[in-house]
Amino acid sequence: MTAVETTPARTGGAKAALVTFSTRHASVLPTFAAIAILIVLLVGAQFQFGNFVSPGNMSALLYDNAHLLILAVGMTFVIVTAGIDLSVGSVMAFTGILGASLLTNGVPVWIAIPAMLVGGALIGLLIGVLVQQFDVQPFIASLAGLFLARGLAFVVSLSSIRIEDPVMDWLRTRFSVGGWYITPTGIIALLTVVVGAVIMHRTRFGRTVYAVGGSEQSARLMGLKVARTKVMVYVISGLCGGLAGLVLTAYSSAGYPRNGIGTELDVIAAVVIGGTLLAGGRGYVLGSLVGVLVFGTINTIISFMGADQSWTHIIVGALLLLFIVVQRAIVARSERGS
Amino acid sequence: MDGARPLVELTDATVSFGATVALDGVDFRMFAGEVHSLMGENGAGKSTLIKAITGVLSPDEGILTLAGERVAFSSPHDAQDAGISTVYQEIDLLPNLSVAENVLLGREPRRLGLIDHGAMRAQAGSILADLGLAIDPAAPLGIFSLATQQLVAIARAISTDVKVLVLDEPTSSLDLDEVAELFRVIRDLKNRGVAILFVSHFLDQVYEICDRITVLRDGKLVGEYLTTELLRIDLVQKMLGREMSSFVSRERQESEVDPDQVFMSARGITSPGISDADLDLAAGEVLGVAGLLGSGRTALARALTGVDRPSAGIIRLEQQGVDLDSPRTALSLGVVYSSENRRSEGLVGEMSIAQNIALALQAQKGALRRIPPAQVRELAASWVEALDIRPADIDAPVRSLSGGNQQKVMLARLLAVSPRLLVLDEPTRGIDVGAKVEIQNLVGEMADNGLSVMFISAELEEVLRVGDRVAILRDGRIVETAASDDLNVDSLMALVARPDLPEA
Amino acid sequence: MRLVKHRLFWPLAALITLVVVNVIANPNFAKITMRDGDLYGNPITILRESTPLMLVALGMTLVIATRGIDLSVGAIMAVSGAVSLTIIDGVSDPNSVPAVLIALVVGVLVALVLGAWNGFLVSVLGIQPIIATLVLMLAGRGAALLITDGKITTVNSEPLAFLANGYLILLPFAFFLWVVAVVVVALIERRTALGMLTEAVGINPEASRLAGVRSRGIVWSAYIASGVLAGIAGLIYAANIKAADANAAGYLIELYAILAVVLGGTSLMGGKFSIAGTVIGVLTVTTLDKTLQFFGVAPAQAPVFFAAVVIVVVLVQSPRVHRWGRSLRVRGRAPAPAPQAAEQADRQKEAVR
Repeated sequence: MTAVETTPARTGGAKAALVTFSTRHASVLPTFAAIAILIVLLVGAQFQFGNFVSPGNMSALLYDNAHLLILAVGMTFVIVTAGIDLSVGSVMAFTGILGASLLTNGVPVWIAIPAMLVGGALIGLLIGVLVQQFDVQPFIASLAGLFLARGLAFVVSLSSIRIEDPVMDWLRTRFSVGGWYITPTGIIALLTVVVGAVIMHRTRFGRTVYAVGGSEQSARLMGLKVARTKVMVYVISGLCGGLAGLVLTAYSSAGYPRNGIGTELDVIAAVVIGGTLLAGGRGYVLGSLVGVLVFGTINTIISFMGADQSWTHIIVGALLLLFIVVQRAIVARSERGS
Repeated sequence: MDGARPLVELTDATVSFGATVALDGVDFRMFAGEVHSLMGENGAGKSTLIKAITGVLSPDEGILTLAGERVAFSSPHDAQDAGISTVYQEIDLLPNLSVAENVLLGREPRRLGLIDHGAMRAQAGSILADLGLAIDPAAPLGIFSLATQQLVAIARAISTDVKVLVLDEPTSSLDLDEVAELFRVIRDLKNRGVAILFVSHFLDQVYEICDRITVLRDGKLVGEYLTTELLRIDLVQKMLGREMSSFVSRERQESEVDPDQVFMSARGITSPGISDADLDLAAGEVLGVAGLLGSGRTALARALTGVDRPSAGIIRLEQQGVDLDSPRTALSLGVVYSSENRRSEGLVGEMSIAQNIALALQAQKGALRRIPPAQVRELAASWVEALDIRPADIDAPVRSLSGGNQQKVMLARLLAVSPRLLVLDEPTRGIDVGAKVEIQNLVGEMADNGLSVMFISAELEEVLRVGDRVAILRDGRIVETAASDDLNVDSLMALVARPDLPEA
Repeated sequence: MRLVKHRLFWPLAALITLVVVNVIANPNFAKITMRDGDLYGNPITILRESTPLMLVALGMTLVIATRGIDLSVGAIMAVSGAVSLTIIDGVSDPNSVPAVLIALVVGVLVALVLGAWNGFLVSVLGIQPIIATLVLMLAGRGAALLITDGKITTVNSEPLAFLANGYLILLPFAFFLWVVAVVVVALIERRTALGMLTEAVGINPEASRLAGVRSRGIVWSAYIASGVLAGIAGLIYAANIKAADANAAGYLIELYAILAVVLGGTSLMGGKFSIAGTVIGVLTVTTLDKTLQFFGVAPAQAPVFFAAVVIVVVLVQSPRVHRWGRSLRVRGRAPAPAPQAAEQADRQKEAVR
């Protein structure tokens, strides 16, 4: 290969366009694989159960997994920088019970909801500062965040708190069209996906997130704001934790300090299945959406089959392994290539 | 152009790391529209000088001026803003992002606060076209060849108002066509008045593209020369320098290798960095290996000792074909390698002298058959005494030793497994003169005891003194093998630089 | 000064301080009584209740020494408990010693296979340890739930209960169990060359390879050991609550184990490890847990305090805090000799890498 390379795009035609697309977006392939898996699951389930791909069922997919989706958006930011955030499940539990407690103690909702978001963001900030300023491995720093948030959740309340608040009730009102419905929680989740995707693809901050994941050293030499970016992704993840806490609390109309135990693993699995590389540098917020839908569909199929819910984790674990091995192969190939 | 004012001028620069002085009162200057080469062996201070100019580090002493004005950079970013851009050997770009982003990230065109990908592609495309590079700016950088990535890095460097372009070993992984392409771009930039610093260890390329050469040795300035006025042979001599010290002369082996005495015989050894190398090594013989940095001397050593598995070639030990697929296999057959990177590939820094010495022997015996501590201590103590390792405290962490003593610990580790062939890659690099002579003498003693030794060094005198024969490497090939007695430093230097020297 | 420099000084000082604070706050804390020829009291309870964490942390120490981490220990505990208790639940006489023994052995064997699986992913396929063990962390608990049919399998078996609550010459059987485990691991690591080679691989993998160390086998064996020890820990846990609870067994134990290992002075960067340090670390964690209970903190709230401990420990180990500490010292006293400082700087650079 010499330095002068011709561009297939210039030659025109549908085939050439496809080639251009595939060279430009080779890293989307794992996400396409996830979409394929999702389609196979849906089609297979439809054949098996007959009534699976129904408006109600599909609407429930978003309704039931809105909190997971929000967490997955935040986790995508973190994983693309080659970090990891184990605290998200606990942060969700903490902010959820915090909000529930504030509301039952008569704090107005316009204070309680920002307090939840700020609470999540602060824990994220703590993790980010540990990672960036003190060179603590992300895994350990977010572990401290996990301990802290889970403990704080129980400090707020040892048992679940029921809430009766008009705003929280409104958050789960169903706006129906035909058999389809969507709730404000679902809209929040979708908005999070859109905002996340725009930030990742259309802002300098978002591109810096990819740059840090590709090579922190190079990003620094290119004059990008690496330190700020690395702290920010954990703040974003924490903020998403707070938002997920709000959504889950509205969904279950209660705060519960044991919420979200092990959820961080589900979220990481969904993000990886959605095509984000655990080694950092590659990944898509929209891919994570697909990953969460795959996770949710497997869950629904298993409850349709009347099988034990623990199968979900085994199947998701197996899928995760498959994707990790494939990713490992992709990385190994690109290392050989350069 | 000597009368003109230099664009970049560094005066009396000194940089030290702890006790070691990396750059010692060096003067350096660059002129606009000129390609300047910085030459020197490992540890000469080239990379430190580059870092001082590009803002990666600030010199302890010295004045840097740019176009006559005094400047001080606290980061590469500062230097870049002042018009000094750098393209490193390991291309510091982001393979996971698009070509356009790699060119423009940090100053990308925006619309309503969001990145305008279309405008960015167009802008990057025109910069690339300027360099004669017609690639899809939206494609991820990682899919292109290293040569293309290199040119993209240059595109990034010149997309700002660049006055000085530093190219640090840009050609080390390019083939001939790619180098020609790069040179075309360099000439183009030169004509635009950019001052270019070109660092390469390929003499041919330096002579082809450079107008001016600055030579460094051991952190000191040797001199600045116009390329047209400096003969190749003189350049090599200035780079390598000369030094005399006491050395116990030993009786030379026969210059021709007796086939019955051959311990290792290698044919057609090929691996990244070395191609088609043939080699015979007799028991009791020291084979010196001479060659410039990048000539393939390390690649050869690694291919012969199982560290890198050669992609082609046959190795026979005492006429038995062997497959040295790992250092472990090689060790078990008595073939041992001492890396030039003592710290990263040699010693286990936090472990004691005793444990480091016993490591290879213990690995040979396997994890379950532990060498009793008393025996380890005895073994270590005897080697510490035999090689005069100081301090003689076998429990001291090996990290605390001086370079020379660390090298002796490496030797002790390898000798402890009773090897037949010892491959030493720059064993005397970065150690003081006394320890250097000691190690040279040790190599002689080992050969007298029947070991085969392959001795790689950047210092030609050393290679000649220690080696019975000398293999000369150039551009990844063994170009000549001759008896040391038939060579002198000048003739060896000529061979290392270029065989047929019509102009010298 | 020499004493202060000993690597176990600070871990031990932390543990002793903790105990002293407790005794001052409540003299009953250290009270030991004799009942029916057996010893009871808080210190004895700590020794007994340390067992699962001690076993897991022992394995974690070996894995961390190879520059790895094993997140799946909690899931492996759940699996081994589920396997063994399901077998005991199925036999006609749950009090039959041979039946229980067989059940326990099968449980440990399953754990061994799971450890070997982790080791395979890390040492053969070269997958990052955090990610490789994440797979089992996720799927393992699901498998355990399947084995117990999603229920909490309760078993009344005398021999099983003895594991956790039985006494043997004055002291709890579980205490002897961890002492034996510590001694066996220490003997294997230190009486063979395994420990030394593990440290070499952890400190400098490339130098070890060039010296002919078979690092694949060493890394693999560390994960197997971690799996087996977690398996035994799962049995103790199940014996203690007389049930296999696939959700609660070993919940967050990987985190406590990592904390204990770090408290014991073993660096997360791999390399030199200290089994004695881990023992001290585990006792510290268990004592802190008991202390919090003593002061009336609900067990569920304890993680807040452990988070604080984790943060303090990682900050103490952080290069930046070291630099601050050094500049404070330098300002206070004569500057440190240059070579030593340079060496420390080198070490930091390497640590960052």
